[in-house]
Amino acid sequence: MEKIIQTEDLTKYFDDLLAVDHISFDIKSGELFGLLGPNGAGKTTTIKMLTGLAKPSSGRAVVAGIDIRKHPKEAQWMMGVVPDESNLYPELTGFENLNFCAALYGMARQERRRRSRELLKIFDLSDAADRKFGDYSKGMKRKLTIAAGIIHHPPLLFLDEPTTGIDVTSARQIRQLTMELRKGGTTILLTTHYIEEAERLCDRIAFIVKGRIIHIDSVANLLQPMQDVYIMDVVLSDATGGLLPATVQHFPDYHVEMLPGEVMRFTSHQPIIVSPIINFLEEHEAQVLEARRKKPSLEDVFVKLTGVDKDAMLNGTRDKGGRV
Amino acid sequence: MKNSTAFWNILLKDIKAYYLKPPNISWGIVFPLAWTGMFFVRSGQGLESIESLLAGVISISILFGTTSMLAVTVTFEKKNASFDRLLLAPLPLEVLMLAKTSGAILFGMMNALVPIAMASFLMDLSGLKWVYILPAILLIAISSTFLGLFVAVSVNEVFEAQTFSNFIRFPMLFLCGLFVPLQDLPVFLQPLSYIFPLTYGVDILHFAIQDQSVLPLSIDFGALIGFCVILFLISLRNIHKRWIL
Repeated sequence: MEKIIQTEDLTKYFDDLLAVDHISFDIKSGELFGLLGPNGAGKTTTIKMLTGLAKPSSGRAVVAGIDIRKHPKEAQWMMGVVPDESNLYPELTGFENLNFCAALYGMARQERRRRSRELLKIFDLSDAADRKFGDYSKGMKRKLTIAAGIIHHPPLLFLDEPTTGIDVTSARQIRQLTMELRKGGTTILLTTHYIEEAERLCDRIAFIVKGRIIHIDSVANLLQPMQDVYIMDVVLSDATGGLLPATVQHFPDYHVEMLPGEVMRFTSHQPIIVSPIINFLEEHEAQVLEARRKKPSLEDVFVKLTGVDKDAMLNGTRDKGGRV
Repeated sequence: MKNSTAFWNILLKDIKAYYLKPPNISWGIVFPLAWTGMFFVRSGQGLESIESLLAGVISISILFGTTSMLAVTVTFEKKNASFDRLLLAPLPLEVLMLAKTSGAILFGMMNALVPIAMASFLMDLSGLKWVYILPAILLIAISSTFLGLFVAVSVNEVFEAQTFSNFIRFPMLFLCGLFVPLQDLPVFLQPLSYIFPLTYGVDILHFAIQDQSVLPLSIDFGALIGFCVILFLISLRNIHKRWIL
């Protein structure tokens, strides 16, 4: 399959700050590729370099066969960009915004109007077509910004944090639309710090932390090493201080750890038998509220490979060791 | 063809979103009216002073009308990231910036018409050299707009653009020959007058209205065109340097 994006040792410094650190990856045509990492990991800077909004300090980036450093304007014909903040014009209506964005790509008047109406319908915004963008809700703004990004039928779409900060219904609609675009043949580079979103949508994922790509693979391959891992979470009402060491000692075949929310997690490469655990815990006067088997997820893989936990994903690049 | 479609739509969008807003229309009319009235009363010479004031109020109206708008149409859009949408369009930067500044140029020229319209009720304008006045208005509008662009792309915040503009506008007002003829300025200030584009525009207008000029017209026109080109090129360079990091 043809490669639509190729990067080689792409690096970006802002003065002395290393924002993107020699990253190399390829994206195949038609692929939905995810850049997954915490806030401040370098995802948006990477997109800016690939779209011509930032100049790489060193390294190479080729988009649709065009060297983006040398010919950014030629490459921009091939791409649509949906930035992490909705940046359309608040004084214009939804229809006027789309019509304007189409004009930036030189589309003729009739075609602009037809395409704008078509996208407003697809994105369920026809009723709000004549309302000013500034009066839209966050979810509606996000949807219109995505519509503006694909107004000129680009073969390559950059989606930067498309569901951050919006309501659940709009986020679900945007994920559905993203899947449909991918089915229609559009190559998508999606950045997100939502692990479940990346797992659900992406063909391949790159884990990016502190400007470096830690690992790239398909979702299936990333999960593969975890296929023979069994996890059981036991929710306790109140875990006493001595309970964990006693449990670890009593179940030497399981890896046992305490998670936030009074959750005791058992991990093993053999199936976990529930009843001895419950009996043991109740004998030690712990009240078991719930016990659930859990399938290993991409989150587990991400934490294992990067050392960044889920809370840190949402708050920044602080890892488990507390380093920033 | 594709570039011209984008050009016209950027211009129309700016006119709709910014220039046709009531505060800007009132600014465009009230400001020149206020300047004209102020100079008229201050001169104390009655209707005879209109001819000598006209060049000044035309120039001031254009200067303030154009430079004020760029802080909104460029600096504000950059601040709220909508300017990035334009930078992502497959449009040469020169075409993009010409489209962004054309609205201000037109706005400045419209501002110039206000004192001219007022003067038409008070004096006979048929004897003026319109063949010089119209190109002078155009070149003053373009050079003032590009001066505003230079300021707008040199700062990050709208208030910085307004402040920086005033650092240039007010010295320019006092040194361009509007209030004090160039030859009457202190000797050490005279060279400063010639670093401001408005000096050359005012000189052309003085010639066209009162048949008086300090410099040959060819130098005035050449200098104004030179300022337009230099300010535009510096602004493009600053955009590349500061905004496409």
